Amino acid sequence: MMDGFFATYAWPALIILGQSLLLLVALLVFIAYVLYADRKIWAAVQMRRGPNVVGPWGLLQSFADLLKFVLKEPVIPSGANKGIFLLAPLVSVTLALAAWAVIPINENWAIASINVGILYVFAISSLEVYGVIMGGWASNSKYPFLGALRSAAQMVSYEVSIGFVIVTVLLCVGSLSLTDIVLSQRDGLGTMVGLPNSFLDWHWLALFPMFIIFFISALAETNRPPFDLPEAESELVAGFMVEYGSTPYMMFMLGEYAAIVLMCALTTILFLGGWLPPVDFWLISWVPGVVWFVLKMCMVFFMFAMVKAFVPRYRYDQLMRLGWKVFLPISLAMVVITAFVLKLTGWSA
Amino acid sequence: MGLQAVFFYLFAFVAVASAFMVISARNPVHSVLFLILTFFNSAGLFLLTGAEFLAMILLVVYVGAVAVLFLFVVMMLDVDFTQLRSGVLEYAPIGALVGLILAAELIIVLGGATFAPEIAGSGAMAIPPLTERQNTQALGDVLYTDFIYFFQIAGLILLVAMIGAIVLTLRQRDNVKRQDIAAQVARGPANSIEVVKVKPGQGV
Repeated sequence: MMDGFFATYAWPALIILGQSLLLLVALLVFIAYVLYADRKIWAAVQMRRGPNVVGPWGLLQSFADLLKFVLKEPVIPSGANKGIFLLAPLVSVTLALAAWAVIPINENWAIASINVGILYVFAISSLEVYGVIMGGWASNSKYPFLGALRSAAQMVSYEVSIGFVIVTVLLCVGSLSLTDIVLSQRDGLGTMVGLPNSFLDWHWLALFPMFIIFFISALAETNRPPFDLPEAESELVAGFMVEYGSTPYMMFMLGEYAAIVLMCALTTILFLGGWLPPVDFWLISWVPGVVWFVLKMCMVFFMFAMVKAFVPRYRYDQLMRLGWKVFLPISLAMVVITAFVLKLTGWSA
Repeated sequence: MGLQAVFFYLFAFVAVASAFMVISARNPVHSVLFLILTFFNSAGLFLLTGAEFLAMILLVVYVGAVAVLFLFVVMMLDVDFTQLRSGVLEYAPIGALVGLILAAELIIVLGGATFAPEIAGSGAMAIPPLTERQNTQALGDVLYTDFIYFFQIAGLILLVAMIGAIVLTLRQRDNVKRQDIAAQVARGPANSIEVVKVKPGQGV
């Protein structure tokens, strides 16, 4: 009886726990350097130096920030709804990290390879709005409340176009599993015209308009500039985060960057071929898939950072117009067009 | 028995407890948050029965969109909670009646085969085993191949309802300045700038 318990439940549970811990530590360190990279790129565009004091070239800046936030006193406003006020940052960081359970960073390198993986990620990312709404409402103050209302409308609107973009990709793949989505990009447009397997096979080329829409919607979904209206400092001070300080604030930041990195990973999986090497050449194919995956994620993040550095913030009505009147019709039309093309040419699996 | 049963009772207990909290919480925002917890646990129950597609769709549609709108409205409305709650006991018998009817119907639907074994075969079509066919594909077949016309008609009815709601609430207000993006983009120097030669000492 006990042997059976250990073999069926205890060992697998321990192994999954170990894998999750490993992934979380790697992810948190990655996020620390993504934050640093974000500030450095932003600084470089504005001809500043950026963080350069803590550690060589400022490399330890994020860890110094962590210490600073943790050691500060958390302040809870007297009129705030205490439970929800503290729950909100937890929700936002937990959800952003939970989605990573299904992300395959190499072939068979996912903690849980479930066959509705993309739906799981989509569901989790659609829940991330709750951290913002709960935080904004529980603060019991005007600016956070306005920020929360803005983010509720914004994130729900852009989820619609993200959903349609995902549908187009799924039409080409024929499976909801993230691993299948990557593997289906082995052959594509490039091999169709007789070239060997290369980066031309990935979905970004075949579905280029959707790639652009997905990228912009991902910016809006993660509240990144130019769509950072829930925390627009020129109008709302710091939006839903006004009343937050110390560790709860840090958790909001962590959740935000974890969501950004998740969107980078999702872009990599959906459009940039996941862990597949860019060209099928012996030296390059020999490099492990994780390296390619992380490199592609960094490339997508570099684009995120550059957009933040040189695109001015949208006005709120323009943001809504872009989501509902531009992206929704285009992505809806592309779903229909893709389905017709796949059906008429017989390319679909 | 085993782990599955443990998780079933966990999800079921939390779902029922938070459903109770939805109607008993003082603050309507707390009610909506408990409603979200209920949805979450129902999704867990779906997962346990092997209906992973339904579980995810429940999360995406109900938690990710519908509940956000609920929360949005509840937060914006300035509801007088004490007044709202004063009539609770008055309406309790009606609520109990509705609950009883629902429970009876559920028992008839789910337990009907025990009372009358001959109707057991006439229900749904045979469900292919999960190992053979994923339920995403099975649902797709049912909706888009077997019952495509019914599905399309349902879609049309929803579309009509949506257009009706828009028509009923649409107001054309005058004196509102709207941004016309196309007009702004189409604007060029030819129709927006006038070069005037001003002679010194004369003005325009």
